Formats: sequence, C-alpha cells, structure tokens
Amino acid sequence: MATDTQLDLWEVFIQQKAGGNHTHAGSVHASDKQMALQNARDIYTRRKEGTSIWVIPSQYITASTTEDADMLFDPSDDKLYRHPTFYVMPEGAKQI
Amino acid sequence: MTQQEALFKYTLRLGDNALIQGHRLSEWCSKGPILEEDLALTNIALDNIGLAQAFLKYAAAIEGNDKTEDDLAYKRAERQFYNNQITELPIGDFAVTIAKQLLISTFEVQLFTALSKSTDETIAGIAAKGLKESRYHFVHSRDWCFRLGEGTEVSHAKLQQAFNELWPYTGELFEMVEEDNILLVAGIAADLSELHPIWKATVATVLKEATIQMPEDSYMHTGSRNGIHTEHLGHILAEMQYLQRAYPDATW
Repeated sequence: MATDTQLDLWEVFIQQKAGGNHTHAGSVHASDKQMALQNARDIYTRRKEGTSIWVIPSQYITASTTEDADMLFDPSDDKLYRHPTFYVMPEGAKQI
Repeated sequence: MTQQEALFKYTLRLGDNALIQGHRLSEWCSKGPILEEDLALTNIALDNIGLAQAFLKYAAAIEGNDKTEDDLAYKRAERQFYNNQITELPIGDFAVTIAKQLLISTFEVQLFTALSKSTDETIAGIAAKGLKESRYHFVHSRDWCFRLGEGTEVSHAKLQQAFNELWPYTGELFEMVEEDNILLVAGIAADLSELHPIWKATVATVLKEATIQMPEDSYMHTGSRNGIHTEHLGHILAEMQYLQRAYPDATW
C-alpha cells in the first residue's frame, strides 16, 4: 500500500436528523480537529445530509479482525431467544 | 442619478464581486493542495456563484428590459463591471488565495450583516443567506492563516508577502460613491465608512494570532466604482464569456 502523505486520517460521523444517531460517513485528511470538521462539512454535508458532525482520529479506533469473526460472532447464531420474537404484540402498539 | 439607477449599479457591484471572486476560486478545481481543500475552495466558489446569480437576477429585474442574470454576467464589457479589483487579482499560490479570502470574507461578514437590515427586502434576503456562507468562509480562511502563519518559515513568509501585496487593494472595498450615498439615505445600502474600522480590527486580531505583521495603509488602488479595472479582468471575461460571445443565446 502506498504511504499516505496527506495529513492525518479522521473518521467522520454524521447525524442526519436532530436526536438521531451519528452514523459513519467516511474519512477525511486533516492536520487538526477544526480542519477535520471543516473538511467533513465540505465533503459529506454539501447536499444537506447533516445536522451535526463528529470527527475522530482514525488512530483511536480499535477494530476487530476478520480472523476473529468466528469467535466473536458465530456463538450468537443459535440464540434465537435473544430476539424479542416470542412476545405477542399488544393491541394498538406500533413498535416494540 | 435616480434611486433606481443607483440601485441597479449597487446591485451589479454586489453581484460582480461574487461572480468574479467565485470564478477565481473555481480555478482551484482539481488543483487544490489536497483533495479536501480542493473541495473546500470550490464549495466557496459555488457559494459565490449562487450569490452572484441572486444579485444579478435582481439587477436584471431592476433594469426591467427582459434581460436575465445570464445576460448581465456574459454580455457586459469590462468597463461595465463594478467588482472590487481585489476579486479579479490572480489566485496566486495557496497563501495568496487564503489571504485574499480572509480580507474579502471579513468584509463580507460586515457588509452582509449591515445589508441584512436593508429596507430593500430582496437585498436583505440575499444578504442574510450570504452572511451564513461568508461566516464559514471567514472561519475557513482564518484557520488557514493561523496554520500558515505559525507553520514553517516558508509558509509564514509566503503569507506575509501575500498580505503585503494585497493590502493596497483593500481601500477600494470601503469607497463610498454617489449610488452608495443615495441608497444610504433610503436605508438600502450599507455605510462602508462605518464598516472600515470593524473590518480592520477583525483582520488585525487574526493577523496578530497568525504572527503576521499588519501592512500599513499607503497607496490604495482605485477605479472599480467607475468600471476601471486591472489588466486581469479582461482575461477572466475572455474565458468566462467566450461561449456566449461566440454562440449567442446557445442552449443545451
């Protein structure tokens, strides 16, 4: 992989509606947090996608590896009872 | 000069400033120092073009002979443009672009704050929209001034030189002429002489923090209020107006 010479990498999280979750939108290069916010604004919210932005230096993100996927995620395969599917929906309730 | 003539000329100036500044910034498209800054500068360019469209559309309506904003942008000659000369100067290197953007957006924040209280509702509306945009342009260029000013020896020297070279073009921003005075009485235009000290104080604060020496006021270029421009505007118009001049009223 070519070395990244364009400043530090930051991960961008955009909130689409007030009160909603910030979801990962992508990443930007920046030398400081103000620049990261501005770059994120210019790249990911120029079509009015956002109401709030978080930026986090990518180096602070710890990620699981694909090799560990079996160990981490397969054990939940046969635990259907963890889903709230065995309840009867009360009449009139739209969401549980 | 009637009030309507004054309003036409004044609105042209507002539109031309945005149009030429936007055109200059668009020259950074695909040439930015990094991809992110390329998008940032072209975003600012687009804000300017949008503002130019709004002001020139209003100017066309004031003139009232079925012309459109496109006619005003593409079919006027150099001497009929009233943009401040600082907007037409070449983009230069990144330091020049940033210094120029700081000087202009500091001015625009003050100007649009004043104009958003204009008694002319159209101007007030466009200015209120422009104010939000120029506040962002100001923050963006201010932060870059800090980075370049306190960056390396080279970036500091380049930014200092950029401010020194641009300074003689800042006096023109605040020139009040006949149309300003007519519209000021009617509560339509901004009092530029009132904005000058606020502008200067804001620029001084940024330059101080960026460790850049504030240039001294000496000779100031002038002429744009009468359609007199630097050698650069003609080249911009040659490029910008080529298609409409070669193929009048061409459509897609």
